Amino acid sequence: MLFEALNIEIFAGDIVQVEGPNGAGKTSLLRILSGLSQPYDGKVYFQDNSINQHREAFHQDLLYLGHLPGVKDEMTAQENLEFNLALHGLNSDTAEQTLAEVNLLGFEDALAAHLSAGQHRRISLARLWQSQAKVWILDEPFTAIDKLGVEKLTQLFLQHTDNGGCVILTTHQDLSLPAERVKKITLAYRFY
Amino acid sequence: MTQLSYRAAFGLIVKRDLMIAFRHRDDIINPLLFFVIVVTLFPLGIGPESTTLARIAPGIIWVAALLATLLSLDRLFKSDHADGSLEQMLLSPQPIFILVLAKIVAHWLLTGLPLILIAPLLAVLLHLNEHSYGALMLTLLLGTPVLSLLGAIGVALTVGIKKGGVLLSLLVLPLYIPVLIFATSAIDTAAMNLPYNGQLAIIAAIFFASLTLAPFAVSAALKVSTN
Repeated sequence: MLFEALNIEIFAGDIVQVEGPNGAGKTSLLRILSGLSQPYDGKVYFQDNSINQHREAFHQDLLYLGHLPGVKDEMTAQENLEFNLALHGLNSDTAEQTLAEVNLLGFEDALAAHLSAGQHRRISLARLWQSQAKVWILDEPFTAIDKLGVEKLTQLFLQHTDNGGCVILTTHQDLSLPAERVKKITLAYRFY
Repeated sequence: MTQLSYRAAFGLIVKRDLMIAFRHRDDIINPLLFFVIVVTLFPLGIGPESTTLARIAPGIIWVAALLATLLSLDRLFKSDHADGSLEQMLLSPQPIFILVLAKIVAHWLLTGLPLILIAPLLAVLLHLNEHSYGALMLTLLLGTPVLSLLGAIGVALTVGIKKGGVLLSLLVLPLYIPVLIFATSAIDTAAMNLPYNGQLAIIAAIFFASLTLAPFAVSAALKVSTN
């Protein structure tokens, strides 16, 4: 058992940082919250509806980015972003400007196979700039991202929560945000 | 945020999968090459006697088509699972069975359809009875989509397993056997110039049953595999 008797309520405007050592269950918790994994026991509710019974309504309002960037090697940076945007019902006409936000200008037509791990990450993060989803669940969003990128993302989180969204993320870095803005959930490692 | 229409979501996935396949051509060519090699080796191994070859032609073509499809199944979800695109699809606000059906259709366009196009040429090599060509084409047309649809269930169940190849064959091959039996029986019957509507109707029934039910089974299996 990774965790039990965990009861959290997350409101619009919250930035929630899930903390804990490797293997404590941070990713498992985020996968359960996003509906990818089913908990052995317990339920997840979004706006008073169980996410299992109202999957499409919840996923309409969810943006989840896991460890894997979900970027196809055979497609270019721009095609990848356009597909990701279209799949989630977003307008993909401005994909090129969005790529500029994540510093990928000039790489639009490069096949993802030729790009680095950090650049793959940036392609998948680019969706954040277009997203209208209220709930962002981000598993280690800063992995392979440079300092400037981290700063930009942190600003984006603030902007998103000011507009009535919420962000749930895991990271081993300290967030450069005022302490009162960040709620922390600390998971302990239970297999010593 | 707008919900895509079912047709738009379907088209989006088909277009993407076709584009990826055309940029990664080995995936299309390998199963097709396998099909051609297996079928052309039989006349060399058995001898050029036309009556023997004509007798076994339906079985050879169908068994080869079945194995070629099996060979190509891995492509259906494996790479999407490995790079995280599958997760993103499962988390998209679109109904999963639409996305799954689109992936299966793209798979059929890339494996089933080329097999159908090349089969009559290979049938000539095997001296297939002249009355049988119509039956061969019709059974392939109705049967190969079934291979993609049922195969997708097997792939969805084994996608999370590192070396699921053997398990996949064990899961999927028994499901393919009814199609194989009725298809070859239809072609044999046609060779005797008898009506083969019965066998064709059964394959059509299998096709429609799997077309309507398989996408739901695949969606459920994918959820289990990514859990």
